[in-house]
Amino acid sequence: MFSGLDFEIGSGEALAVIGPNGSGKTSLLRMIAGLLALAAGSIALEGGDAELTLPEQAHYLGHRDALKPALSVIENLAFWRKFLGGEASDARTSLGPVGLDHLADLPAAYLSAGQRRRLSIARLLTVRRPIWLLDEPTNALDGAGQSMFAALMSDHLAHGGLILAATHLPLGVAARELAIVGAS
Amino acid sequence: MSSLAALVRRDITIALRVGGGALIGVLFFLTVVVLMPFAVGPDLALLTRLGPAILWLGALLASLLTLDRLLMADHDDGSLDLILMGRIPLELACAAKALAHWVAAGLPLVIATPALGLLLNLDARATSAVALTLIVGTPALTFTGMIGAALAVTLHRGGLLLAVLVLPLSIPVLIFGVAASQAAIGGLSFGAPFSILCALSLVSFVIGPFAAAASLRHGLD
Repeated sequence: MFSGLDFEIGSGEALAVIGPNGSGKTSLLRMIAGLLALAAGSIALEGGDAELTLPEQAHYLGHRDALKPALSVIENLAFWRKFLGGEASDARTSLGPVGLDHLADLPAAYLSAGQRRRLSIARLLTVRRPIWLLDEPTNALDGAGQSMFAALMSDHLAHGGLILAATHLPLGVAARELAIVGAS
Repeated sequence: MSSLAALVRRDITIALRVGGGALIGVLFFLTVVVLMPFAVGPDLALLTRLGPAILWLGALLASLLTLDRLLMADHDDGSLDLILMGRIPLELACAAKALAHWVAAGLPLVIATPALGLLLNLDARATSAVALTLIVGTPALTFTGMIGAALAVTLHRGGLLLAVLVLPLSIPVLIFGVAASQAAIGGLSFGAPFSILCALSLVSFVIGPFAAAASLRHGLD
């Protein structure tokens, strides 16, 4: 899928993966998340928790938002908080920063696309993970949502986190760029 | 451990809410068993003789009906990605999902059995024998069925493929489930077929989650 791909990211750094549609940005993210097998090459994490693998220390925010329409906003978030485990803060307080606290008891089926994305972002806040793998994170977010997310990302970076994002739009935080040239 | 409990609780909650599909299986079971006396006719002795087989067939088909939701829903909304990345082994997560599915879709079949036994002219002893074999046998149907559900996710095909893959694996369970019920009714040895049924269930508890997890890992996309 890729050839000659070699990059590293340090703590507190953001890397924006850019490239045309179909160039493999999502695949790259899924490989790092351990959701796609590597044909060759390797991905290594230095530091971090030695007892956990890289995917176990990462958040993956994909196109599909992993929400159950039958559950309420708070139930969705509380489930992932319990399931993902590790260091976590209260689910209800994580709804505040993403602007969903007034909708906590609404079934997720009634959320708009932007609100669903905000709820997925709340998952990144409620469970602490040093690595964020974001696939088009600002899709469907309005202007206020984008600046809210930019603030959350810079906060994450300031706490020594690491962000790898596949994106077409500017991330809103200082980020290096990794350009993938599409296969001809 | 709390991760697994959360997964079980979530799946049961979703299944029991509107549109969750837990009741589809029971309704299908009810329909099959209620219709059967109309098809077979009013011969009570014949109904008694066919009763356990009808109940078991109904339960088998009803459990097939809801099986494709077991993993497909999580795959479609991206939850499966996060479960794969999670800190608990995928095998345990699969087992937790199968357990939740059985509680929401398999257990109601067992609970409905005494009422349906009346329609088939089964006495209390026969009905409790069938209910006992179902409570032991339906987990085997769920856990072996999960292998098919995982393959259906991997191969991006649901429905018919699932039935074709799972039915052959369910045949031994059906044979010994019905055999144990018939033995109890006919006064023959209940222990031998029932023990084999228990063994089949225990084997499926071990093989099902491992095979399903292997299939999911292999089919990562």
